[in-house]
Amino acid sequence: MDFLSLHHLKKYFADQKAVDDISFNISSGSIFGLLGPNGAGKTTLIRMITGIFYPDHGHIDFNGQRFNPMVDSTKIGYMPEERGLYKKMKIGEQALYLAQLKGMSKSDAMESVKKWFVKFEMESWWNKKVEDLSKGMSQKLQFVITVLHNPQLIILDEPFSGLDPVNANLIKEEIFTLAKNGATIIFSTHRMEQVEEICDHIVLVNKGNKILDGTVHQVKQDYKENIYKLGANVIAEQLMTGLFEVVKYEPNQLLLKLPEYTTTNEVLNYFINHQVKINSFNEVLPSLNDIFIKIVEDTTATRKFESIQ
Amino acid sequence: MHKIALIIKREYFIRVKKKSFLLTTIGVPLFIIGFYAIIIAISLDESGGSDKNKIAVVDDAQLFNGKIENANPNIVYSIIKNETESNYIKKYQKAGYDAFLFIPNDSVAKTKSIYNLHSNTSMNLPLMSSIEETINEAIKKKTLIANGINPEAFQKMIHPVELENTVDTETGQKKSFADVAYGVSFACGILIYMMMLIYGTQVMRGVTEEKTNRIAEVMVSSVKPFQMMMGKIIGIGAVGLTQFAVWIFLMFLMQMAIPLIFPDMMQQINNASTTSSENISMASNIMQGLSSLHLGKILFAFLFYFLGGYLTYASIFAAIGSVVSEDQQEAQQLVFPVMMPIILGFVIMTKAVNEPNSSLAVFGSIFPLTSPIVMMGRIAYDIPSWQIVVSILCLICSFLFFTWIAGKIYRTGILLYGKKPSWKEMIKWAFAKS
Repeated sequence: MDFLSLHHLKKYFADQKAVDDISFNISSGSIFGLLGPNGAGKTTLIRMITGIFYPDHGHIDFNGQRFNPMVDSTKIGYMPEERGLYKKMKIGEQALYLAQLKGMSKSDAMESVKKWFVKFEMESWWNKKVEDLSKGMSQKLQFVITVLHNPQLIILDEPFSGLDPVNANLIKEEIFTLAKNGATIIFSTHRMEQVEEICDHIVLVNKGNKILDGTVHQVKQDYKENIYKLGANVIAEQLMTGLFEVVKYEPNQLLLKLPEYTTTNEVLNYFINHQVKINSFNEVLPSLNDIFIKIVEDTTATRKFESIQ
Repeated sequence: MHKIALIIKREYFIRVKKKSFLLTTIGVPLFIIGFYAIIIAISLDESGGSDKNKIAVVDDAQLFNGKIENANPNIVYSIIKNETESNYIKKYQKAGYDAFLFIPNDSVAKTKSIYNLHSNTSMNLPLMSSIEETINEAIKKKTLIANGINPEAFQKMIHPVELENTVDTETGQKKSFADVAYGVSFACGILIYMMMLIYGTQVMRGVTEEKTNRIAEVMVSSVKPFQMMMGKIIGIGAVGLTQFAVWIFLMFLMQMAIPLIFPDMMQQINNASTTSSENISMASNIMQGLSSLHLGKILFAFLFYFLGGYLTYASIFAAIGSVVSEDQQEAQQLVFPVMMPIILGFVIMTKAVNEPNSSLAVFGSIFPLTSPIVMMGRIAYDIPSWQIVVSILCLICSFLFFTWIAGKIYRTGILLYGKKPSWKEMIKWAFAKS
């Protein structure tokens, strides 16, 4: 079931089309990757989903109903890319305050804050101020504040930047747990290896348009170029064939590109017939990083300002 | 509404709990009162504070007839007989005198004469004028007698006239106390002016801080920008009202406490006022004047115009705070045009306390951007009710209008980083459809 559906969203600013007719669905309990180069319109899109901006056109369905920012904002946790907390306010009070603004009662907020502070070993921070924290620590705090009120939809914009591997792992595990417990997570980042690791479904936006939509597996299939890696000791004369094209030649390893009419079995038969000892043979799927670069480079990377009539 | 209450609570307590708030709220009035207490103590202390000046007088002209009528307790005159000026110059210091005054023989007949006061250190001005007055009185008396006029009869002739203004209203006649009204008006006007500036800029700084800390984006995902802005404005306004309340309470407390702490001083005040009838009449005049004013009306007006003026300007300041980022100079440029009507209001107020019914004063007290300050300058005088009603309505409308406009600018500005928007852009935001 779709937890969030965007229908033909448009948001134009004075001199650019920040979001120009984008639609997609996010299923309940999934981890969704919202990707795009800088200035693609991700933040604008997220701001419409969190109810900060009203779309100029189109609408959002939230949990099966028309999105109502007044009511639904309490069910959303948003961690913006630019972290922000009151620097001079005590950490415990601040967490309580922000949780109450999300509609929790004071006692519920207190219970939840305590639970999360224990989980993340942050109890000793209660009476400290944010300005006393290191960058990584305040990052952890920001994450905790985002999920304090048990939101059904969690939007994380670059949640791992500035975190060491240990803390990054801690938060990653937490993201998986939250998703398993039913929360829907939108994950926005430029780090493609994280997306491959974490996300089920991705959407790529550029210049205010959606240019890719699918599961990570599906996208890789769609963009694969029939390249296979053969682990074998092959001599050059044995490659004189029309069955495939050699992309890369190394003593113990070959990258082969198969034309559409060639099947993998034909290739394997060919090598077997030539008495080649095969150690391994597997398909090479493109990384999301490659796909990202390929697609984005096709369109101009930086947006130009344009006038809108 | 629950969220706005939370924001108000935070904005309020985070400021009230600060040490600087405690310092200004309790420290400032204590300091002022302590300062006045010292001044009163010094001025009442007629004997100990300054040393008595002993002055030797060689009266060749027999101006004083051997007896000097002296009203100044700081001066002790002694008439020295059988000495000449040149002779006594060498002696007066040894004899224990601070100064030596010589009155030459021909002095009374002259229309203008210069006397010589010899001293080893220069004498202070009040002392000199006191001595001058003593001499003048003596010359006047002597001249009057020489011309056959009874000095006492003359004194009655030149008795000064006092003018009292009675205001005739439908309910009857009452005395007008222009000087008291003047003081109260001026004080209220200045207070409103200061509070509007102080708390208005606090709102601006708070908003800019939220923006540069980037907490704004976290906040707007929970609450509407308008709630955020109003929460801040109301919270800080409540801090201002708290400060007023504490001040009024402290004043009241002081009035009760001073006689307990300084019983001597009160006695001295009582003594001082029984000795000089002028002090009595002045004090009673002020008391009468205060009671003739409608203190209730003034207090109501003060609260209303403080809130109205504060809400109008605070929302403008909030909008400014939302469009500037780190650079404080940008803020200065934008604040300047907002300061102009405030300063204009202050200038009109200083005129209005003198001429409360001039057309400039009437205009200033109705025009909503100046009315909080100017109306406070007029309210202690009796002014037509319709002007107050129009002024109040105008202020309410303006505060609704400016909050609405400012909310729209704030909503866009708070999430916008980088270049400062131009006035044109801001006006566009202000009137954009949501």
